[in-house]
Amino acid sequence: MPVLDLMSGFIVELRNAGLPVSLTENLDAMEAVKEIPLEDRQAFKYALAATLVKSQNHWRAFETIFEVYFSLRGPEYSIMQDGNENEEMWREQQDLQMQGEGKGQSGGNMDGLTPEEIAQMLMNALMNGDQAMMKALAKQSVQRFAGMEPGRPVGGTYYLYRTLRNLDLDNMLDKLMEANKQQAAEELTNLEQRLEKDEFESRIEQFKQEVEAEIRRKLVADRGAEAMAKTLRKPLPEDVEFMHASRDEMQSLKKALQPLTRKLAARLARKRRHGRKGPLDFRNTVRHSLSYGGVPADPKFKYPRPAKPELMVVADISGSVAAFARFTLMLVYAIQGQFSKVRSFVFIDGIDEVTSYFKNTEDISDAIHRVNTEADVVWVDGHSDYGHAFEVFWERYGKDINSKTTILLLGDARNNYHATGSWVVKEMQKRGRHVYWLNPEPKSYWNTGDSVVGEYGSFTDGVYECRNLRQLEGFVEKLV
Amino acid sequence: MSKSFESVQEVRDGLKKVNYLADDGIASVVYLAQRLGKPILVEGPAGTGKTQLAKSVAEMLNARLIRLQCYEGLDESKALYEWNYKKQLLRIQADKSSDSWSEVHDDIFSDEFLLTRPLLEAISSTDPVVLLIDEVDRVEIETEALLLEILSEYQVSIPELGTITAKQIPMVFLTSNNTRELSEALKRRCLFLHIDYPDMDREKEIVLTKVEGITENLADQIARIVRSIRQLDLKKAPSVSETLDWARTLILLGIDHIDAQEAKDTLHILLKYQTDIAKAAKELSVDK
Repeated sequence: MPVLDLMSGFIVELRNAGLPVSLTENLDAMEAVKEIPLEDRQAFKYALAATLVKSQNHWRAFETIFEVYFSLRGPEYSIMQDGNENEEMWREQQDLQMQGEGKGQSGGNMDGLTPEEIAQMLMNALMNGDQAMMKALAKQSVQRFAGMEPGRPVGGTYYLYRTLRNLDLDNMLDKLMEANKQQAAEELTNLEQRLEKDEFESRIEQFKQEVEAEIRRKLVADRGAEAMAKTLRKPLPEDVEFMHASRDEMQSLKKALQPLTRKLAARLARKRRHGRKGPLDFRNTVRHSLSYGGVPADPKFKYPRPAKPELMVVADISGSVAAFARFTLMLVYAIQGQFSKVRSFVFIDGIDEVTSYFKNTEDISDAIHRVNTEADVVWVDGHSDYGHAFEVFWERYGKDINSKTTILLLGDARNNYHATGSWVVKEMQKRGRHVYWLNPEPKSYWNTGDSVVGEYGSFTDGVYECRNLRQLEGFVEKLV
Repeated sequence: MSKSFESVQEVRDGLKKVNYLADDGIASVVYLAQRLGKPILVEGPAGTGKTQLAKSVAEMLNARLIRLQCYEGLDESKALYEWNYKKQLLRIQADKSSDSWSEVHDDIFSDEFLLTRPLLEAISSTDPVVLLIDEVDRVEIETEALLLEILSEYQVSIPELGTITAKQIPMVFLTSNNTRELSEALKRRCLFLHIDYPDMDREKEIVLTKVEGITENLADQIARIVRSIRQLDLKKAPSVSETLDWARTLILLGIDHIDAQEAKDTLHILLKYQTDIAKAAKELSVDK
């Protein structure tokens, strides 16, 4: 049964992408699919999603894989029904694809057009929000500009880039706004302009997605679903490594961080309140005994109120580990309610206190930005020097460490062969409550080259590998 | 359940009749839930109509809605059932002399002395019901276990009475604001539905159906402004219910075309944080 094969391939790929799909969920999906008429692609997709995806973070991964595995058959149907024009185009396109790129200049409604004319048509379509036209144009431009060759092992992004560059989509927004201004009878207010701009932006985005989908469809047809899924496989937001995150991944990390902090704060507050029971609450017990005729059948206890720890974060913000420091600081400040006091310091070869940036501001990312731009962290040459930074830290702030203080040291401990100054860490451990070291590098890289994390590590209460959000979350929960 | 859905479209139309505009995802999942007899776990930002979905489905099916509001410290006696101790005590004291012990014993653990709580009520009811377990993420992870039996088997076991099995399978909705990760066991038993902010067209439709006396033009403008605001980086993006509040306010003020000044003056209805309001006001109106 081909559908069954496809399904099992699909589910294997979901697991490969990191989604936890259990056997029962798999069976549920099969049950669900039976209830859905197969030609209803949307319903089919949601049926699979409802049974297989149990977290919103995984939705994107699911959608990509779904498109790869189930797109081929879907559009064929719908396009055939859409009427002659599209059908013709579809045929042409398939012909073209067989022949390879660029050979089929055999007439037809769009093939005679110059790239400028296509761009013009696209602009009109975007202007009027003409969905059918946008779709047709997406197909046409992929076929023309992407220059796809069968069997070439290039990722879809390359083709996407080529197509979009030819259409000059970057300037499209400005052109649209300009044209819109001319069309309008009277001067648009700022508000209206803003709304128009958002509208155009969303249409352009839609067009881009259409182009992307088109490229993907072709690639799948060329290389098969499995190979394609493999190239498209991306780590889930919580598994992205801080040190190698691309710009897009940074964005999704940031998005993932927000609900995470909320969850973490709720969980920690709950943990604080529950857990061990406190001493007997006499008043409350007596009050409740009244409903049992004065017999204290239901003893009540006071909630324990454990002291909150004080936290000092000392972070290396030199290039290689800056992203990691940024996320850790964000996370720590988002849950600062769980600590009685948070102070933060950043260093490269000099060290500076940045606590004040986080005070009186609700916008953590703004504060982080100030840390990156304003903090005075360069002493000589702007290359990491842990030894000097630690010594200055001890000199200036060492006296503030007391038995309630937990110290977090963040960095890869790549010291450029300077003196380590590890005696400072030793002193910290003596005076403070705990000292932890978080290292964003994979464990196998530790103590190789100029990394001296082992030397520092021997004086701390633990060195933790924190390569991604998942590990960071785990550590923070442990900390509180 | 009294009747069974035939198609996704039927669910959609039915919901529309009771003024709930479902998108493809919502309609498909509701349809499947009823077909497969599985509970739905609804997740999403606050104010996007999670609870309303359950209410509307109940209305559509002409079913009674039974609601269990979850909170920290919810336990068996509040969610499932409880023995009516006081009544039992009275029963024992009323005729101390006449009955033998075994008779009394059998008697005080019978239906008459059982107080049904929402979950038990939902499965013991003979007429169609929709069970709504609201904000399930608020209970502790241990308490979740209470729900498992009823969610997968539609039955409740009472040690003194035996197992009570559902007379008909109710539709069950669980809502969650995602303040914590729900247990795997619970998730596995449910269909998962994420309700996000609606896209612009759907939001416009929602405003049109829910707010009386609104013009198409104004609804369109409202939906577009709200979309713009949601694109900003805010602490709390405006929800659908806030959009509706805003639309009603504008109607009351007699505004049929929003200009920058009016938008700015009424922003506090859409946004609840001062920093957000300032940011949105700056983005929307002040000349660039």
